[in-house]
Order: sequence, then structure tokens, then C-alpha cells
Amino acid sequence: MSDALQKALATRDWLLADGATGTNLFNMGLMSGDAPEFWNETAPDKIRALYRGAVEAGSDLFLTNSFGANASRLKLHEAQHRAFELSRLSAEIGREIADAADRPVIVAGSVGPTGEIMGAAGTLDHATAVEMFEETASGLMEGGADLLWVETISAPEEFRAAAEAFERIGAPWCGTMSFDTAGRTMMGVTSADMVKLVDGLPNPPLAFGANCGVGASDLLRTVLGFVAQGTERPIIAKGNAGIPKYEDGHIHYDGTPELMAEYAVLARDSGARIIGGCCGTMPDHLRAMRAALESQPPGPRPTLDRIAEALGGFSSESDGTGESAPAKPRRGGRRRRA
Amino acid sequence: MSEDEDDIILSELDDEELVQQMFDDLYDGLREEIEEGVNILLERGWAPYRILTEALVGGMTIVGHDFRDGILFVPEVLLAANAMKGGMAILKPLLAETGAPKQGKMVIGTVKGDIHDIGKNLVSMMMEGAGFEIVDLGINNPVENYLEALEREEADILGMSALLTTTMPYMKVVIDTMVEQGIRDDYIVLVGGAPLNEEFGRAIGADAYCRDAAVAVETAKDFIARKHNQMAAG
Repeated sequence: MSDALQKALATRDWLLADGATGTNLFNMGLMSGDAPEFWNETAPDKIRALYRGAVEAGSDLFLTNSFGANASRLKLHEAQHRAFELSRLSAEIGREIADAADRPVIVAGSVGPTGEIMGAAGTLDHATAVEMFEETASGLMEGGADLLWVETISAPEEFRAAAEAFERIGAPWCGTMSFDTAGRTMMGVTSADMVKLVDGLPNPPLAFGANCGVGASDLLRTVLGFVAQGTERPIIAKGNAGIPKYEDGHIHYDGTPELMAEYAVLARDSGARIIGGCCGTMPDHLRAMRAALESQPPGPRPTLDRIAEALGGFSSESDGTGESAPAKPRRGGRRRRA
Repeated sequence: MSEDEDDIILSELDDEELVQQMFDDLYDGLREEIEEGVNILLERGWAPYRILTEALVGGMTIVGHDFRDGILFVPEVLLAANAMKGGMAILKPLLAETGAPKQGKMVIGTVKGDIHDIGKNLVSMMMEGAGFEIVDLGINNPVENYLEALEREEADILGMSALLTTTMPYMKVVIDTMVEQGIRDDYIVLVGGAPLNEEFGRAIGADAYCRDAAVAVETAKDFIARKHNQMAAG
């Protein structure tokens, strides 16, 4: 465990996180259907290349190749018992690459969703989820991660379960949710809801924010939504490099390095402190983002119009916050009978 | 709000009021109330098919529209679908007995390498809610699974789901195999999943990309209607 992120946040205005994991590994020959986490063991040089790609492009922080390293997801590959070990390996390789860099680089242990539904209509209960997250988290910390980083979460129940698992092992953490449905997460969480959720945790994260989702514009609208709540907690922005396109049997994201550079500057001006990419964000994008963050002076907080003009329009009219949000009509509704 | 606190006695409502109340109860995900409503309508002599289409499918259509419009989200839809399922469990054997008309049959599954099934399950439930018969192959399906099931079930529609950019190209493998075997045009192929878009659907040769479960239902209905028209014309 370390206080690397706290120190970095105390001395720097912004930190550059990393880009895509899946897109990069796919380009290195990951086959459709394979679990990328197995490469921590069978092809560690490719994982070294993945991490090094981000570090050499200027990332101050990168996530480990452990997004799917939880029992629920590994079960698909009949490897549910390997969550700890594959997580540990991902962090160990990460530690090696970070320590070899000529500047401080932070290793964030990626913790992805279980893929199960929690809550009233779900199949995964809280205690089991906490256990699963704890196993992954323990492996990551054992392997030398500086902190844990839960990402691409949709359900508040799952976010809470991850937080509880991290508290159990006393590890510092960050967490992001994916706002991909009309400005909300798939489970209906708005940016304002997430601020409340985070503030209400007994062990709040060092930083929180949004990753993945639809495009760079939507992601920044979410960041502005966090800021509007008046939160003092550092905000994370990790947006996709545009929208996926299918070309010659491969997926290619249409966001150029220039667009992502503009996104990075707008993310900072919107109020994000930790800025990176998600799907489709390659080392070339990161290099352009770093150069833009270093060369362009901070500007005023952008308006939604300015964001749309620079990065493209939004996927929905409203993001579910404020007065323009579509309201749930009060249909007949009645009390549940005993 | 005071009238809301009074219990509503379903059996005291006339048919029209009862159906309206069932719409509300579906919307609120009240499974027991839906089961009760279905039983009352059966006692009053409603045909099972009429209950399915007018009360249940009608109610789920409202849920589907509000989901599409960003008013309801997955948790509420899951509860509504669960309530619908309660009603369906009563109706299913009766529908078979009475030889009720069928909307169509869909084979659905997440593609090889992809273990995400939330979206797929949602589509299955909404399609069932719309009166379709669903054969759910679960997650991680190689091409053989789809083809076997399509033939065995004499299905009309193939639904494929992928949530990862690393797994979505596999949909093309399935469609290409169908083309090779000369069976592509025997089925309506619908694809969906968070990283997909319309352009991708076209590029891989699917009939349509469906943005969400509500759109999947509308698209499936539309294609089935066209298919019937063609058969009538041909």
C-alpha cells in the first residue's frame, strides 16, 4: 500500500491516466473470446508492452490488466478459482514497469464489474459480491498495486460492495461508473446520485468519476454534473476515443488523437483532476493529451454548447439531473398490500 | 395521496378498470397483484390470448416506452418483467391448450467469449412480454449453438448480444456461416449490445441493430409483420 496518489494529487493540478486495455490487447492479437487476464501468466511481455505503452506516452497512472479477474467473470473460462492469482500477476507486472520509469508512476489495480445483477431483481447478493471483490482486491494489493480502482460500474449496490471489500483490506481506492444510458448508468444512476453515493460511504474513495459510456461529450457532461454538486473530491474523467466502427474484421474507434487532446483540456477545464481515456484510446492519443494539457493554459469551465461544438453532440437531451429531466409519471400507483 | 392508501380490491373493478389497474401494477412490478388480476379475468371468461395481449402486453408496452425514453431504468424494468412472468406462468399452459396465435420465436444468446447477459436477459423478458416465444441459449455461444437451435426450434428470429469490443466481431462469424450454409435469409437477424451501433449492424450483415430491449421488441414486431405480408403476397 502507498500514498502515491495522495502525494501526486497534492502536488499536481492534473494527472494523466491511461487509455484502453481491451483495444490495445486486441491489436496485439487477443482473440475474440479469450480472457485477457490469462495473458498476465501466459504472455507477460504483451502486458508489459501494454503498460509501457501508457507510461512512455506520458501517463502518470495506469490500470492493471485485471478488469475481468473476478470469480464471476472467470467462471466463464472455468477459472473462477484463479481471481486472486491472475490479479496478483497483473499488479506484479505493473509494479515492475512503474518502478522502471524515470518519474513516479502509479499502479492502480483495476476491479471490473461482476456482470451480475444485484438488488431487488438480481441474482447476486451483497455478501457474495463483497467476497468476490475482496479476493480480486487482495491479489492486486499483494502484487504491489498502489491502490484499487473499481470501474465501469452501473449499480449503486455493486459500487457499495466493492467499497466494503476495499475497506476490509484497508486499501486506498478510486471508483468510476459508466454513464451510458441517456446520461445515467444502465441502472439509472445520475451524476448527482453518484456524488451522494460516494459521500455517503464510510470509506470514501480518493477520487471518483466516470469512465467508458458513450462518447467524450457525454462523459464531460457527467463531469459537469459532478461539479454542480459542489463536491471537493477529485474527479476522474476516462472517456472513450469516439465511437466504435467496424473495419475489416476489427473494431476501430473514430476519435483522433487531436480530438482526445481537446477532450483532455476540456475535461481539466470542466473540473476533472485525473484525466485519461477508455476504449479506443491508444498511446498516440495519450501523447497528444499530455502535450495539450502541458501546453494549453487552464481556461474557463466550458458550457455544454462549447463541449458539443468541440467534441460532437450528446446522446440524449437531458442527463437526468436538473429540471429538464424526464419525470417518472405518477401512474395509478398504490401501496403494496400486506 | 389519501386515496392511494386505500386498498384496491381488484375483484370489485370492472373489466376496463381492472386492465388499467394491471397496467399500473405491471409498471410498479407487483407480481402477486398481476397474478390475481390474470386469475380474475380468467374467471370472468376472458380468453387467455386476450389477457396476454390486452392486459399484459399492453402494460409492458408502456414500460417499454418509458424505458426507451429514459424514464424507467433497468431495475424497474426487471421488476415489471418479473410481475409479467408471474402472469405468463398462469397463461402459458392455457395458451398452448387453446392454440392461441404465436407472435414468433426467437433464439437469443450472447456470443462466444462474452459473459454479459444483462442486456440479453432484458431483451428476452421484453420479447416474452410482447408475446414472443424465447429460446435463451445463455452466454458464450459458438456459432454451432446458434445454428443448431435455429433449426431445432424452427425459429423466426436470431438475436445476438455482445458487450465487448473484443467479442462483437464474432457476430459476423455467425452471420457469415449462415450465408455459407445458404440459410441466412431464412431468419431475421437482430443484434444488440452497448458498443454496437447501426453502422456496425449493417457492416456485418444483420437485419437490424437494436439500441435497447424496447427497440428490439418494436423491430421484431415490424420484421415479423413484413414477413407475414411477404408470405401473403408470395
